Amino acid sequence: MGDAISVSGLVKNFGPTRALDGLDLVVRTGEVHGFLGPNGAGKTTTIRILLGLMRADAGTAMLLGGDPWADATPLHRRLAYVPGDVTLWPSLSGGEVIDLLGRMRGGLDKQRRVDLLRRFDLDPRKKGRAYSKGNRQKVALIAALASDVELLLLDEPTSGLDPLMEAVFREVIGEEVRRGDRTVLLSSHILSEVEALCDRVTIVREGRSVETGSLAELRHLIRVSVHAELAGPANDLAGLPGVHDLQAQGNRVSFDVDAGALDAALRQLSAVGVRTLTSQPPTLEELFLGHYDTTSPKEPKQPNHTEVAR
Amino acid sequence: MTTNAGATLTGSTPTGTSASGGTLTGTGNLIRLILRRDRFLMPLWVVVFPLVVAGYVTSFSDLFPTPAELQQYADASRGNASFVALYGQLHGSSLGQLVNWRAGFIPVMVGLASLLTVIRHTRTEEEAGRRELLGATVVGRHAGLAAALISTVGANVVMGVLLAALMIGQQLPTAGSTAMGLEFAAAGAIFATVGAVAAQLTESAGSARGIAITVLGAVYLLRVVGDVSEISGGGLGWAAWLSPIGWVQRLSPYQDEQWAWLLPAVLVTALLSWVAVALSARRDIGSGLLAARLGPAEAAPSLSTSLALAWRLHRGLLAGWAAAFAALGVVLGGVANGVGDLVGTNQALKDVFARIGGREGLVDAYLVSIMVILGLITAAYAIQATLRLRTEETAGRAEPVLATAVGRLQWAASHLVFAVLGPAVVLLISGLFAGLTYGASIGDVAGQVPRVIAAAAIQLPAVWVLAALAVALVGLLPRLAAVSWGVLVVCLLIGLVGTAIQLNHWLLDLSPFTHIPHLPGGDVAAMPVVTLLVIAAVFGAAGLAGLRRRDIPTA
Repeated sequence: MGDAISVSGLVKNFGPTRALDGLDLVVRTGEVHGFLGPNGAGKTTTIRILLGLMRADAGTAMLLGGDPWADATPLHRRLAYVPGDVTLWPSLSGGEVIDLLGRMRGGLDKQRRVDLLRRFDLDPRKKGRAYSKGNRQKVALIAALASDVELLLLDEPTSGLDPLMEAVFREVIGEEVRRGDRTVLLSSHILSEVEALCDRVTIVREGRSVETGSLAELRHLIRVSVHAELAGPANDLAGLPGVHDLQAQGNRVSFDVDAGALDAALRQLSAVGVRTLTSQPPTLEELFLGHYDTTSPKEPKQPNHTEVAR
Repeated sequence: MTTNAGATLTGSTPTGTSASGGTLTGTGNLIRLILRRDRFLMPLWVVVFPLVVAGYVTSFSDLFPTPAELQQYADASRGNASFVALYGQLHGSSLGQLVNWRAGFIPVMVGLASLLTVIRHTRTEEEAGRRELLGATVVGRHAGLAAALISTVGANVVMGVLLAALMIGQQLPTAGSTAMGLEFAAAGAIFATVGAVAAQLTESAGSARGIAITVLGAVYLLRVVGDVSEISGGGLGWAAWLSPIGWVQRLSPYQDEQWAWLLPAVLVTALLSWVAVALSARRDIGSGLLAARLGPAEAAPSLSTSLALAWRLHRGLLAGWAAAFAALGVVLGGVANGVGDLVGTNQALKDVFARIGGREGLVDAYLVSIMVILGLITAAYAIQATLRLRTEETAGRAEPVLATAVGRLQWAASHLVFAVLGPAVVLLISGLFAGLTYGASIGDVAGQVPRVIAAAAIQLPAVWVLAALAVALVGLLPRLAAVSWGVLVVCLLIGLVGTAIQLNHWLLDLSPFTHIPHLPGGDVAAMPVVTLLVIAAVFGAAGLAGLRRRDIPTA
């Protein structure tokens, strides 16, 4: 019934910097909502306002039908939160932290805890100071996922996980979705992760929401980069609608193509004869460069190489 | 990054390590980093210890202006086992000898400051992961350790020079003053290296501190056993000869300086530096030589509230303070009765003491003064416990707790329980033990225990005012939370030297400790105590109200 989260016109200033500049976000109950944006876009600030850790300067925010600031404590019984940068108490073991956070939230599913520990391959006996970043993140994830709550707020939950554990994470969130009674807000700067998990997506940039909708509605945003080696020169590609940045060198071509024009482009290629073909989804930076970033080309690219590899 | 400066500096490494230049690359830059980070803390102890000793010169020459009076005081003190235990043996009766003897516990404090400084810049850095960050730059394997040792030993040398200069400046003999400066500096250097070795052993800085402080305590105890055994004709005199604290005291400043005692001190410093370097070469960054113990896989059923979490985070601190205060109580209470012997036949002193109630009045006055000092030290604990709130917040550990059903006030209260009750426990323990030892020494345990406990407990309102001020800062001006320490230092200065240098009343009144009734012996006026409690409550409430209202900033 209704929306799990509804935020409109949220403004937050830190001294002279404006972190949120009229942000809107609606998360429907029962959906997995992607909260997508580059670092510094205001995702974490929004989540912290939703948690009642900060107060907005303007705008309204509703969380599970309550005021996130005034009703913080009762609301927190119904949600679990995984911070992007998890710090643990050096002298407490991971298992103790999982149990403690779960109990302070109001309860933990023991069977689920055992199951998650096994799947995330975490040794719960190590002390907080001995865990790596990824393992600290697993502790917070297990504590959140083993809690019986309506809403999960996950702030870049996979930023420290290796690809194998990312796969486990996707699998677990997939199960949450199938259970159908949980709402998930998943903040991320990785488009493919959001694509894989989310029903709907809100894209933020510089403290504002720039797009929101289902993935199908956002299909126009999704371009695919294609690199191919052909049997001969592909002369007709340039004329196709939806093909961008075409570069041809002898029999090699590389271009970006809108998702809707992919089929036509591939037909052209196979008509010539395809020797090799690689295609990859655009990174978030490319997406932003393609669609929104015409005014400030100086925006620094994120030096995140693992992401480019995706 | 200029590594040239570092390479030049490491050429003069005084730690006697045999490590090659490569492993010490960047030491100079790291020393600068340490001096920058400790630019307030380090000068504080480097200056305060010599100043305290210089204060003894003034008070001794005021109280005992003639050699005959000094002689009387010395005669009364030298055979007193509790004084010998606390300060060491007293041989002569010159002003210099008495001052050096009276300052006999300060080298232990210097050792403590030094070992804490070294651990702070080695294991604490590693535990926080900052060492890793630096380790990836052009910094040699041993540079961090060398920089911490060089800075700390250097600070001790500066302190020794300052002390010698202050002593010479007060017309004490040059040779004796030099020996005293060396005594202090050597004590600091030895325990700096003890800290360096301890830092290699464990993964946690807390355990490293525990190990190093235990060594310091054991070394001090050896000296106590040896010295007390020697004056009472026992057979354990050799124990003091095993103790580095005993060695540096046997430099015998102002007497017949025994410079040869520097040799074992220098040798041990060099040896422990070498051990620390060798151990550090044998382990990975972040790990310790003693394997880290694993914790439980599941939390005990009791670990389910923010209060239970706070207990886990505070219990080590509380236990440490309680143990230290129990020991302080035993020693300070044990010495109390000896204070009565000091009156001797000095007529002026007798008159003074007659006015404050004779022998018993004198002991009471002593108890009043040590309880104020214990109160001030306890305030440090109260502030430390209060600022854990801020540490939890800035480390990002408050956030996951506050994102559960724990409200802000509940979270804050869980920690503040320890800032309020912890000091009470600690002070009552010191009062209990001081009452026991003092009572035992005069055969009146039942009578003295409640008196001394009351004297300890009466300090609490002042302690709470400082803790509440820290709460107010954390709640209202979180960035300035560390100012609480500055306020404590001001109160310390007012308490320790305020009356001696006759500060005007307006300044004295700033410290809450000025308003505490003088127990045992004095009257308890309810008004100042109630006022202090009200002030503490107002500060605390203001801080909590601020904490409820403000943002919990991103870590």
